[in-house]
Amino acid sequence: MNFVYDRLLGGKNGAIGFAVLAVLILVILPLGLDLFRLNLVGKYLTYAFAAVSLVLLWGYGGVLSLGQGVFFGLGGYCMAMFLKLEASDPESTKIQSTPGIPDFMDWNQLTELPWFWAPFDSFGFTMLAVIVIPTIFAFIIGYSMFKRRVGGVYFAIITQAIALIMTVLIVGQQGYTGGINGITDLKTLNGWDIRDDSSKYILYFINAFMLFGVIIISRYILTSKFGRLLLAMRDKEDRVRFSGYDVASFKIFIFCISAAISALGGAMFTLQVGFMSPSFVGIVPSIEMVIFAAVGGRMSLIGAVYGTLLVNYGKSAFSESFPELWLFLMGGLFIAVVMFFPNGLAGIWEKHGKKWLGCIQKMQCVNAVKVMIVNKRASRLETVKE
Amino acid sequence: MGEYTMAELTSILVMQGFAGFSLFSVLLLMALGLAIIFGQMGVINMAHGEFMAVGAYTTYLLSVVSEKYFPGFMPYYFVFAIIASFFIAGFMGYLAELALIRHLYKRPLDTLLATWGLSLIMQQSFRSIFGAREVSPILPEWLMGAFHATDTIDIPLNGIFVLFLTIFVTAGVYILMFKSSWGLRVRATTQNRIMSGAVGINTKKVDRLTFALGCGIAGVAGAAFTTIASTGPTTGSLYIVDTFMVVVFGGAASLFGTIASAFTIAQAQSILEFFISGSIAKVITLLTIVIILMLRPEGLFTIKVRK
Repeated sequence: MNFVYDRLLGGKNGAIGFAVLAVLILVILPLGLDLFRLNLVGKYLTYAFAAVSLVLLWGYGGVLSLGQGVFFGLGGYCMAMFLKLEASDPESTKIQSTPGIPDFMDWNQLTELPWFWAPFDSFGFTMLAVIVIPTIFAFIIGYSMFKRRVGGVYFAIITQAIALIMTVLIVGQQGYTGGINGITDLKTLNGWDIRDDSSKYILYFINAFMLFGVIIISRYILTSKFGRLLLAMRDKEDRVRFSGYDVASFKIFIFCISAAISALGGAMFTLQVGFMSPSFVGIVPSIEMVIFAAVGGRMSLIGAVYGTLLVNYGKSAFSESFPELWLFLMGGLFIAVVMFFPNGLAGIWEKHGKKWLGCIQKMQCVNAVKVMIVNKRASRLETVKE
Repeated sequence: MGEYTMAELTSILVMQGFAGFSLFSVLLLMALGLAIIFGQMGVINMAHGEFMAVGAYTTYLLSVVSEKYFPGFMPYYFVFAIIASFFIAGFMGYLAELALIRHLYKRPLDTLLATWGLSLIMQQSFRSIFGAREVSPILPEWLMGAFHATDTIDIPLNGIFVLFLTIFVTAGVYILMFKSSWGLRVRATTQNRIMSGAVGINTKKVDRLTFALGCGIAGVAGAAFTTIASTGPTTGSLYIVDTFMVVVFGGAASLFGTIASAFTIAQAQSILEFFISGSIAKVITLLTIVIILMLRPEGLFTIKVRK
């Protein structure tokens, strides 16, 4: 019990924060929003996976990846490939010159399924691939960079370049990837229609529970010895190395974990939104994921979720009514968060919110004490009278 | 490649190679500014592309103004545009350093995010002021046309001009960095900030001027850029990753490395572009750089810096 309470929920404060978030996502939002808006929230929550992964990697590990969208996209594309193959069975694609292959391949004069698409026919393989492929990719990048002690700004720039390469590749290879439009018209998952209302609700809740699962696992990682080493590495990497720890391996590990988490978000994104396109892979979405984590608080797993929701809410609210203002606001947000609130919403809460909360509690205490004193006096008076 | 004769192939190589020179010029001018800033302060300026766009828009404005009010001035405005671009972009860089960057020197990763924010604001400002459409200045006549080297080889004049401009700016930067007392101070600060402060160099002032200089050179890059392509609000961001790659690939704080890597990247991309599609050429170039950087993270050329 103590293990669950301390290690997985993060003690009293962590448990309260977690409970509040759970009530918000599982009760208040589904009751208060119509299905369209709720689906939108569900989409934002898939970005929250990436934001949480950046809390682990950047906030605790001190490694800034500007390529988190790559892993998000890889996860999403793996899922989309499976769904697309299911949607393009020979029956429903018989008007094509080659029935049985996805429509965009047919438009691009491909006559058979490329070899790397073939395994995505299997549901089991796809589920595995959603996690394993991005993790392997992260391992290759991480291994070659961290083993050579590349870090900091260099790492950020190179991951950004990888994000660019990925988008250019996806957009350029239209016949294999669907190009700029991405993979669209996804209909069913193993025969289950993902587009009707009930499945949208179900997917929303599956997504929410998976996000909670990810937060709990992340908390477990951060409260373990590994979490402490991560912090130590962030603050004084050399000392950790001199103490005999293999710094590179720890960094590779956390990079792989964060890639897997982002990929999970990407897969859920595809399921809920019904398509996947390169506009969720490139430089801009990747750096936006960083700002989600930064706004929520780079050291707070739960804060990252709030940050994601808040920034995305602002984005859709502003780009509907003042599209011009939004970029100014977003730019200002980047600057303000970095300069004035480096710990984001979580930092503001730690600094001011708790004080207020404590104050309220104290006031109650004062009142309680007053009531107690009055009662005592009254009873004393009564005894005197007697 | 069988369908080309040898002579045609040579012409293609020369002309694509020259197109590569234009790309090389813009990349090098951009990278020079970025490399100076990065080498000096370890700060990555994500808004560097937008400072280039400032230069490009300045040139555009000057061309419009001189066409409207001083038609006789048209043949000469471009020279003034280059100088104006340098000073306006430099001044904006100076302000950015003053207001933003200097508070974040201890946190390089945060500077990256803050300058990204700055770049978003600048992009939207361009869009609000100049509109979302791409604009291009009216070039003076002496920049138009081409130089006919042989029957099959045409070399555009604007490319030649930009190349000479680049050589001139690079030489200027070299003299400033390696032959002037100010350059000595910059290099001293790069190598050991605390010691430089101790011997009486005002490192903060050096930082500010270096940043302004880097941005000013980006402004010149922008002026040069207008002769090659048209400018839109997001033009700068299209080149920023390539420029980072040039700086990192060349080895930070090495002038020669920056030149060599800008040359390699631009030529590789532009020659490959002719034979395979543009996107694959870009992928291959960038991927090769990333792989080389993974094998040799310090870049092509490095100067030893004590950390």
